[in-house]
Amino acid sequence: MEILTFGFMQRALLSATIIGTVCAIIGVYVVLRGMAFIGAGIAHASFGGVALGITLGVNPLLTTILFCLATAWSIAFLSEGRKVSEDSAVGIFFASSMAFGVLLIGLMKGYQADLFGYLFGNILAVSPADLWSSLAIGALVILLVWFFFKEFLLFTFDPEMARVTGLPVKALNLLMMSMIAVTIVISIKSVGIVLVSALIVTPAASAYLLSDDFKKMMLLSIILGVGSTWTGLLLSVWLNLASGATIVMVATVIFFICYFCSPQRRKLRRNIEELRVEVKEK
Amino acid sequence: MSPEMNDVVISCEHLSVAYQDKLALENITFNIHRGQFWGILGPNGSGKTTLLRTMLGLIEPLSGSVRLFGCSPRQLGVLRDKIGYVPQYAQIDFNFPLKVRDMVMLGRSRKMGVGRRPGSDDWRAVDQALAKVEMTDLAERQIGRLSGGQRQRALIARALALEPELLMLDEPTAALDVGATEGFYEWIHHMHQQMKITLLLVSHDVGVVSRYVSAVACLNKRLVAHGLPQEVLGSETLEGMYGCDAMFFRHGDVPHMVVPAPFHDPSHSHP
Repeated sequence: MEILTFGFMQRALLSATIIGTVCAIIGVYVVLRGMAFIGAGIAHASFGGVALGITLGVNPLLTTILFCLATAWSIAFLSEGRKVSEDSAVGIFFASSMAFGVLLIGLMKGYQADLFGYLFGNILAVSPADLWSSLAIGALVILLVWFFFKEFLLFTFDPEMARVTGLPVKALNLLMMSMIAVTIVISIKSVGIVLVSALIVTPAASAYLLSDDFKKMMLLSIILGVGSTWTGLLLSVWLNLASGATIVMVATVIFFICYFCSPQRRKLRRNIEELRVEVKEK
Repeated sequence: MSPEMNDVVISCEHLSVAYQDKLALENITFNIHRGQFWGILGPNGSGKTTLLRTMLGLIEPLSGSVRLFGCSPRQLGVLRDKIGYVPQYAQIDFNFPLKVRDMVMLGRSRKMGVGRRPGSDDWRAVDQALAKVEMTDLAERQIGRLSGGQRQRALIARALALEPELLMLDEPTAALDVGATEGFYEWIHHMHQQMKITLLLVSHDVGVVSRYVSAVACLNKRLVAHGLPQEVLGSETLEGMYGCDAMFFRHGDVPHMVVPAPFHDPSHSHP
């Protein structure tokens, strides 16, 4: 318990709460729209932004946000027509942004510093400035979700109906892509470029298995998300493990528990059992 | 504007529409008047759905015009609230974590305004819509746990939640079996008589639909014929639509279509 009195630990727990919440909320839309690959793609693209910031000597947070927004919008723009699928657009940016980052880093002679930290994250190294910026951006994302709640819901559930009712579907899509991008940016310091998409997808996918209602799914996703980040963080400190990886492993274990306990699955098994009995009786 | 023009809910004038790079509709002209029940009929690929999507403003016409309540679909503004749209059933993800009541409420999203939560008026409209489709007792059920017919009715309730003056349905019975299809048309016919709204439905099911609608438009890229079903649906029209010697047998007022193609199984052409 003594460890909780340290500043770095308090910041880590606060950060775990913020990113656990925001990733879980955004994750609900990502999972329901089947965009898990976009999450991973934008996250990897952020490597280019980080490298750009380090090369230019400016705050990587700023360059990464701009870089990720540009990537998200490019994916949305490219996949709007019929020529390029969203899938392919993500695939192209996924690798090319990383390649761009690797080239930039290579140009800087002798640079080894905290690249590993960006790739795999270190929640214990979150600075007060990191914490404040993730709090501000996280609050903005939550506010947007609250304000456009039914618009995002209709757009996610039935995009054509959203168009027919006259909602600005393109603008909503860009806004959602932007929210995914900034959520990823505020999370990479803590869980890393490589692992952040798991924090977005896994809690929401677990919540999906247990919910028959959208609001319940979002609430459950937040509970599982924050539960994973807190448990993962405390376990990693206690067992001296990498924090980002521990958080993702905890989220994954929770997912499998949900998978095997999900009511749909149990119902399916029961129905099959009943069918088997019925067939035997015949 | 003459009173008769005032009565026109949808008007198509020399409407041609391209879908991707092919001509899907050519020179379509007809008017739909207030309170009518229209069936847009035609085989697969005849442009029925394209026509509906053009009316809704989802596809831009190549030439000619379509007007709803006197406005082009893109300029409808608040008039959109007069239009209820029921999309093709297969387009909806019924595994979505959503209860029937909440899905129906989504129909009113735009009317409520951005940033607003549903008020008591909105919930009343939703409850009335659910009552009209006889689904009040299923309101709290997750949409995936409804039967085919119930899903279709829930989608209609979503459109009715807007309290529309015009209801447009795209292949409403595509996912229903034969018995349920008959029942569905009985029900929608009854609903049309009670609510006195303008109804437009798109279907490939010439035989069943023609028994319930007040007017038909037979499409095969061009408008083959339009008007009262008993006047329009002769063998000439059917040949124009299907390109074969189909005909109707009539028992009293009830026409039955016969298509003398030995290996034609309609269920195979609609996977």
